[in-house]
Amino acid sequence: MVKGRDDFVIALRSAFFKKKEKQKFSLISLLILSVILIILSNFNFKLIQNIKLGINEVIYRSSYILSVPEKEIEKIISKVKLHIDLNDSYQKELIKIENLEEIKVLNNFLTAENKRLRELINENINSEEIFAKVLIDRESPYLKSIVLNRGSKDNVRIGMAIMDRNYLVGQIIEVNYSNSRALLLSDLNSKIPVTIQPPFLQAVASGTGKDHGIIEYTKDELKENQIENEAIVYTSGLGGILKPGIPVGKITNNRDQINFFSDFGQLSFVKIVEFKIGEDQ
Amino acid sequence: MASLNKSTFFKSFLSYLPIIFLFFSVFNEFDFNYLKLDYFSFNFIFILIFFWTLRNPDHLGYFPIFLAGIINDVVIGIPIGLSSFCYLLICAITSYIRQITLSPKFIHDWLSFIVTVLLINSIQVIFLDLIFLYQVDYISHLINSGFTFLFYPLFFILFNILNSKILLKKND
Repeated sequence: MVKGRDDFVIALRSAFFKKKEKQKFSLISLLILSVILIILSNFNFKLIQNIKLGINEVIYRSSYILSVPEKEIEKIISKVKLHIDLNDSYQKELIKIENLEEIKVLNNFLTAENKRLRELINENINSEEIFAKVLIDRESPYLKSIVLNRGSKDNVRIGMAIMDRNYLVGQIIEVNYSNSRALLLSDLNSKIPVTIQPPFLQAVASGTGKDHGIIEYTKDELKENQIENEAIVYTSGLGGILKPGIPVGKITNNRDQINFFSDFGQLSFVKIVEFKIGEDQ
Repeated sequence: MASLNKSTFFKSFLSYLPIIFLFFSVFNEFDFNYLKLDYFSFNFIFILIFFWTLRNPDHLGYFPIFLAGIINDVVIGIPIGLSSFCYLLICAITSYIRQITLSPKFIHDWLSFIVTVLLINSIQVIFLDLIFLYQVDYISHLINSGFTFLFYPLFFILFNILNSKILLKKND
């Protein structure tokens, strides 16, 4: 028994401390270094933050450059698919355009009415937009995020909204000097206040870690078949970070699942938007 | 002379392939660990590190593994050092297995691999969920561990072919 324990200790010691000829560092030293890094990365000391920003800058850029061939292949595949589906998509687009003409007329009227009503309550919403290119859109089992090529030098700040055309896709969670990371709405940690229209219910849209989101913290009406065919999910503007009325996704067939309008896997350019919501002076 | 040079280049290229695979996996956007398919993903990096550090550690050093972990953390956005720690723990386990094994057998490796994957994934989830307060999907992690275990034999065959080629070139 004692001999067995000795063997175990020797094997363990040899595994952690012994260096092979070609190994420059012992396993234990690198393990300790990893633990130190984990601990240090949680402190907000300026020096550590600067080192972290430096590492992020270098790795994001390198990853972007190394992903170029892979992105080119993806582009070629999507072009081929587009050619194959051309006729079908053309027919669908024709129907869509007809419907859009009707909606556009109605939309112009509603926008003007909305503007007039906001003037009546002395509320104005201004926004600043920064266009950004998606450097990395690698999704992981832990974090659904994208890395953008705009950072603190472009006045990007934590909390700013990320939009793909007019659809909300996420929020900035990390800002480096020349790039930033945005958390996508599909991430498990993403929670934003929304309004479900119709029947005008307040709720929270949460990410699921998959391609869709779910509705949480809402009245039971949602479960009591209040939504007949489909409902649109908009931001509610509660919290004052996002403006109300940004389209997020669609709920169909009476389920609490949100199908996002934007395809997060196809983002190449996005808008970083800061909303200034307040009363007129 | 040209063929000699070509052979030397090919020889060194083959011996660097495990490191190239490792860095390609952590830098690129394509990730076996997240295949956008419901309930299907596996951790290629775990398989790669486990195999090479167990069978031929001379071609996958601890420092490149540490570095790959840091890059992986930054690219996928989890606390820096966590992947390095997990990858190095795999190295520690394989190093221990090497010390206690006289004649390596595939079935022993495979069984040790499932224990290793479950242990490492548990450590990662504990760190992320309990310490860093990330919301983690336990079921998908468990399924990921299962598929990683199931895919080991396939990559074992492929890596074994590569390993025998490296050893052959080395002995030439």
